[in-house]
Amino acid sequence: MTFKLKTLTAAGVFALAAASPAMAQTEIQWWHAMTGANNDVVVKLAEEFNASQKDYKVVVAYKGSYPDTLNAGIAAFRAGNAPHIMQVFEVGTATMMSAKGAIKPVADVMKDAGEKFDPKSYLPAITGYYSTTKGEMLSFPFNSSSMVMWYNKDALKKAGLPETPPKTWPEVFEAAKKLKAAGFDKCGFSTAWTTWANIEQLGAWHNVPVGTKANGFDGFDTEFRINSDLFVKHLTNLANLQKEGVFSYSGRTNTGEGRFTSGECPLFLTSSAFFGNVKANAKFDWSNAPMPYYPDVAGAPQNSIIGGASLWVMGGKKADEYKGVAKFFTFLSDVDRQVKLHTESGYLPITKAAYEKVKASGFYKQNPYLETPLLELNNKEPTDNSRGVRFGGLVQIRDIWSEEIEAALNGQKTPKAALDAANERGNQALRQFERTAK
Amino acid sequence: MQKYAHFKGLTIPLLLLLPQLTITVVFFYWPASQAVWQSFLLQDAFGISTEFVWFENYRDLFAKPEYYKALINTGIFSVFVALLSLSLALLFAVMADRAIRGAEIYKTLLIWPYAVAPAIAGVLWIFMFDPSLGMLARGLQSLGVAWNPRLNGNDAMTLVILAATWKQISYNFLFFLAGLQSIPKSVIEAAVIDGARPMRRFWTIVFPLLSPTTFFLLVVNLVYVFFDTFGIIDTVSGGGPSGATETLVYKVYSDGKGGTNLGGSAAQSVILLAMVIAMTAFQFRFIERKVNY
Repeated sequence: MTFKLKTLTAAGVFALAAASPAMAQTEIQWWHAMTGANNDVVVKLAEEFNASQKDYKVVVAYKGSYPDTLNAGIAAFRAGNAPHIMQVFEVGTATMMSAKGAIKPVADVMKDAGEKFDPKSYLPAITGYYSTTKGEMLSFPFNSSSMVMWYNKDALKKAGLPETPPKTWPEVFEAAKKLKAAGFDKCGFSTAWTTWANIEQLGAWHNVPVGTKANGFDGFDTEFRINSDLFVKHLTNLANLQKEGVFSYSGRTNTGEGRFTSGECPLFLTSSAFFGNVKANAKFDWSNAPMPYYPDVAGAPQNSIIGGASLWVMGGKKADEYKGVAKFFTFLSDVDRQVKLHTESGYLPITKAAYEKVKASGFYKQNPYLETPLLELNNKEPTDNSRGVRFGGLVQIRDIWSEEIEAALNGQKTPKAALDAANERGNQALRQFERTAK
Repeated sequence: MQKYAHFKGLTIPLLLLLPQLTITVVFFYWPASQAVWQSFLLQDAFGISTEFVWFENYRDLFAKPEYYKALINTGIFSVFVALLSLSLALLFAVMADRAIRGAEIYKTLLIWPYAVAPAIAGVLWIFMFDPSLGMLARGLQSLGVAWNPRLNGNDAMTLVILAATWKQISYNFLFFLAGLQSIPKSVIEAAVIDGARPMRRFWTIVFPLLSPTTFFLLVVNLVYVFFDTFGIIDTVSGGGPSGATETLVYKVYSDGKGGTNLGGSAAQSVILLAMVIAMTAFQFRFIERKVNY
């Protein structure tokens, strides 16, 4: 039966191939790392683009997790058959941009193809992360998000807490203690993405550098500063609260996010893109709020930084193929398409026009949680400490940092010793990257 | 009498060997030599800038406490997995070898876990023992055990050992069962007539006669723990918390991930390769000769 079905499908494919016009379409390979609902978004986008014109055909391929996709792309480039478009998560940015020759800056792709492209029409808080200091766009932001604090309204009520969520870290700690006393005894609050939450976002949100040279934007000869007071104070608080059972560690990536939707952790810091999941699975009243801050840090809160991934165009392809890529990026930038992507998937709109249109429609009145990350990103004019982070080898460095943070949380090391080690080991990795990135 | 078949000339033997040799060269010697070459290089992710650095990657490796930690983790992990999976498999094989009702069903069921891919085995175990989701983890917590493999290194290590053991029992079971069945019945019957009780029969006859199988399995198990447990560790703990479950092979992956440190990662594979060659040589030289009855 299955065999028969396969033969039929094969026959169908051949028939289709034979029926297609003699002039072949130019294929554009797009490797991505999206699963679940977001995978459907990718597939649908490609289908819509393919249906919208006849010359180009975007072919999508799922390549596993973000690191897996990056690995696959690197291996493919080394073997001489890289895809045209590769989705790379934000921490891979420095790795990609240092690979001159392996990539083609998006600004060049658009210019060479003669495609209409105005870098100023994109939201600077988002494109800034993926641009050179001169403002040249290197990669095309695809799915952007920022970190927000998701909260369980029912739980706050149950613990006798005010309806407005806690704003500052001390308030969060107090609220979490009350939540624990009210029956959330396994976890008062928690975070996903350990280093994104407790190092990268924490630094930006308080206008405190994660590293020198504007967090690496001004050169590869940067050094980490993650053992400064703010980071030590925050990790000390977390370690103490972990011991008391008020904070509960949820792992390095977002595998612990289910603890929020299941109702286990009523306060949970993670990506704003968690929206789709919360909407589908949470059986309680919920919303989100900006990340907490320490009120004694002058100027806090500053602005948050983005997360998510962007689309990199790989080098060494034919001019005609680049033309197709440029057409596809124009297609993605379309205002209505951006509006739809934003309101349905929860990822941030990348153009100013799309943001304004959603704002004008009154959508955020009913869905304020979708605007939270945008308000965070645009809270203040970004400084050198809050434009983003650009460190070579950050994929591995994040693991190193997580290791040390875990050692502090389980009591093997003091927070200061752990962060000193994290800083030192991170610097070693940076020096190695600097040597190879010439 | 002529003991070996002889071919005239070299052509036919070489032709017959060619397929196997090709496979070995393409799938083993070529990648292995590339790893050796890469371990002397300092390279960016995409291989655009390359610097030949002699033994710097190796020196870096041995200067880092994390590498020794991974070495110790691998030691603990392999001893526990090998001991547990061998002894449990032997126990099951002895049980299944007896004439009990439904022996065939037991045998079949015991072999099943071998067909489970390591990553899936890992997911199965984390599903039972995840501190938030796992049914069994909740059971432990309700008994007052502070079970938290997310932060407690020993808990995480226990979990990967259990998962890796569970998966390997099948393989060991199969070989032990075959080993048991190849022990001549007459030897055991003679012992019965001499009045030896089951326990004594096992330790003085069955166990020694099984020792070639046991030693073979020991080596195979060590190789399994060294290499095939990657998927289990990746899904269960990701090497964490704080590197508590990072074994040598996992470190090869995590250091090379994202193309960050390909030279260091290659140097680690070369060391691992040397270890496996040593183990295999040990098996052939020593065990295959000595353990003979």
